[in-house]
Amino acid sequence: MSIWLIMGAAGILTFAIRLSFIAAEGRLTPPSAFRAMLPFVPIAALTALIVPEVLIIDHTLTIADNPRLPAALVATFVAWRWRNATATLIAGFIALALFR
Amino acid sequence: MSSIVFAGSAQFLLAQLVGAGAPALLMVVAIGIINLRHALYSASVAPLLKHLPMRWKALLAYLLTDEAYAAAITPLLEQREQPHAHWILFGAGFALWSGWQLATIAGVLVGAGLPTSLPLDFALPLTFIAIVVPLIADRARLLAAFAAGGIALLLAGLPYKLGLLAGALTGIAVGAGARARGTRRASAAA
Repeated sequence: MSIWLIMGAAGILTFAIRLSFIAAEGRLTPPSAFRAMLPFVPIAALTALIVPEVLIIDHTLTIADNPRLPAALVATFVAWRWRNATATLIAGFIALALFR
Repeated sequence: MSSIVFAGSAQFLLAQLVGAGAPALLMVVAIGIINLRHALYSASVAPLLKHLPMRWKALLAYLLTDEAYAAAITPLLEQREQPHAHWILFGAGFALWSGWQLATIAGVLVGAGLPTSLPLDFALPLTFIAIVVPLIADRARLLAAFAAGGIALLLAGLPYKLGLLAGALTGIAVGAGARARGTRRASAAA
């Protein structure tokens, strides 16, 4: 089966997933319990992305000998203290270099 | 693929599956599962975009990736009542889309020659840390973060990024539950 057909189908499916709730809004009214969950979506989704990225290297959980862990902790502190994205990035990369 | 699918992890997976000669239907289903978390982003921004005409909703949906969502969500929530808030999502989405297309082209042209030791990919978790930490404003949110990270770590071995989705859903449930419990306790004490 043509690779272009597969890519096209995958593209349409991905687009449909992203559009799902956006298009439905206004036509369907979600229950208030649903709305109560929405504030936690960014925090949960992004943390779920961050933690494995930092702690799993080559499909293995790595705590010792992992410069990303202390670098991430430094970045977390900088983000908490100064709330500045640029400062967090710079501090994180410097920490990574230092801990390597 | 970068224009038709426009989803990094899905593109990697699709490339691998094609190389392995997987059946077509399996490939499409796998892509669907790996991108299922985008439904969460859709649900999260839907209330903020509901006044827009369908062409805008379609455009913003097409551009909706992890990074665009991460970059835009904080200013979007602050601008909640403003009629032009959707431009924030468009700006983030378009900037990332352009960068992704350019990077894809550059990768095709020069990728094989670059040294693999540069830890540039650490920028991803760093950026997300920069966005998430200021969002954690109360105990319920902190619990949500811990639950999400913990489950995602535990289930990281699952295929199709299902561990990620499980982590996100767990975090949302824990956060909402903690919030509900806090409200109930407050009204019981009152």
